[in-house]
Amino acid sequence: MRRILRANFVTLLRSGDLVIANDAATLPASLHGSHVASGGAIEVRLAGWPSDVLDDPRHFHAVVFGVGDYRQRTEDRPPPPVLHPGDRLALGPLSARIEALLGHPRFATLSFDGTPDVIWAHLASHGRPIQYAHVPAPLALWDVWTPIAGPPVAFESPSAGFTLDWRSLALMRSCGIRFATLTHAAGISSTGDPELDNLLPLDEPYFIPAKTAAAVNAMRAHGGRVIAIGTTVVRALEAASARNGIIRAGNGVATGRIGVGTKLRIVDAIVTGTHQPGTSHHALLGAFLGETPLRRLDAELATNHYRTHEFGDSLLIERGDGSISGWAEDAYRHVLPGAQAGVAL
Amino acid sequence: MDESYSTQREELLSLEPPLRVAITGGTAGLGLALVREFRSRGAEIAFVARDKERLQRVARELPGTHGIVGDLARKEDIYPIALQVSGSLGGVDVLVNNASSLGPVPLALLADTECEQLELALATNLIGPFRLSRALLGALSASARQGRGAVILNIISDAAINPYPQWGAYGASKAALLHLSRIWDAELASEGVRVLALDPGDMDTELHAIALPDADPASLKRPQTAARELADAIAAALPKGELHGVRPGSEPRSLQ
Repeated sequence: MRRILRANFVTLLRSGDLVIANDAATLPASLHGSHVASGGAIEVRLAGWPSDVLDDPRHFHAVVFGVGDYRQRTEDRPPPPVLHPGDRLALGPLSARIEALLGHPRFATLSFDGTPDVIWAHLASHGRPIQYAHVPAPLALWDVWTPIAGPPVAFESPSAGFTLDWRSLALMRSCGIRFATLTHAAGISSTGDPELDNLLPLDEPYFIPAKTAAAVNAMRAHGGRVIAIGTTVVRALEAASARNGIIRAGNGVATGRIGVGTKLRIVDAIVTGTHQPGTSHHALLGAFLGETPLRRLDAELATNHYRTHEFGDSLLIERGDGSISGWAEDAYRHVLPGAQAGVAL
Repeated sequence: MDESYSTQREELLSLEPPLRVAITGGTAGLGLALVREFRSRGAEIAFVARDKERLQRVARELPGTHGIVGDLARKEDIYPIALQVSGSLGGVDVLVNNASSLGPVPLALLADTECEQLELALATNLIGPFRLSRALLGALSASARQGRGAVILNIISDAAINPYPQWGAYGASKAALLHLSRIWDAELASEGVRVLALDPGDMDTELHAIALPDADPASLKRPQTAARELADAIAAALPKGELHGVRPGSEPRSLQ
């Protein structure tokens, strides 16, 4: 495993490569309020879209937490009041109804009252990004939108996208490296509840623009490398090509887990955070490396003090020869003041 | 609903999706005229204004438009505005930074201008447009990558060029916005995002009446006329305006 400086990330790419990133913006998915019937305090975390329609903010899958906030680890949060279909939730200016429970007492589909415009306005005023216990100051929307963030459809940040800035995009272009985007509604990454975490990742809708599909398919035909910025891009591209190895443009839904033994048809290399073992994001890296090299990577990351939490350090992993480059990610210095290149590594 | 509107909507069904336009200061003067103009051309529109009642009145009068309450001078309002714009339109092709502050009212000599009044003019006329453009740049560049094109239009004034006495706070802020637009246009050319700065001319608007109460309205341009010219300029800056149902037309008066 090579260690590089973040500023040299683009030098890992070659002329003719196609880099693909997820341009989803992050929703203010954490909503505090109360369970009307019991009066009990709750936090609702919007976690997924029930359909592949990404522009209707009336219906969401959601995980419900009891009293408390992000300063407690999710593992230590008390459960919410017992939820039943038909229960009302009062979430600041938003009012919602539990439509159904989804195989777990804290996991439900809910519907908001009001028109989409009114719901967007209330989400904007009352919602907060999902917070992390290890981040000292509360995250605002501007902390969790990547530089290329567009459609607000992700529940947690597609954070590998923070590696990109407009300078690196210009540099890539001048080096003959192509850049394209897709929109993948990255779902909630972890709930702190082992039973619930087993259900992750949830089905995630995505949208692949025609130009992006054409670029990837041309790449397959000419043998260039496709480099995914983040696990969500891998999920979308592999799902969109599941039928015959050719990317279909348009809307789709990524289902199931990618891991050791999954044959990747499209993506040759991934830029990713250093995820913790046990999470679905970590398991996905197994598809690039295989089981033993993935375990070796975990040990190496621990030995070399890489930060493996959300807003931690970054890796580029190539599928062909399993080569790995890692760098201290300083793109998050605005949320983690210590996160400057060279401090942790 | 007027008849021309429903005709336009039918024409739109073949456009996938129609041009998506966000306009700040959309409940009065030029902003309102731009909302009407783009709506008549079949665009999907989100407009931003500070006054909720006024906003709801315009949204009711122009069904299908999305009204968003927010103050461009407030840092905390910018991302909530961007969220609602992108959420309600499903993306953005055109951003018109139109909301403006005169600075001191009545207009004042610079030496009589409080620092806070200059700060407010800069916050509304320069920093706000910068913040909102930056927050929406991901959405705009996505439109450009998809071949739809993307345009940021910053509304300026001849006060950005000419040193009119008593227009110091306004003129300096608009001059800065003009220069910022020129630099950003050069930087974003390779991304396919155009940044325009255009002067609509002296119009018969509330803002103008506050600045120059004694002006004869008959001598001033109608905001509808300016809106039509600006919409034409935007259409001309998009790769294939007709694709979005925006008809290109004559070039407007420009300071560049």
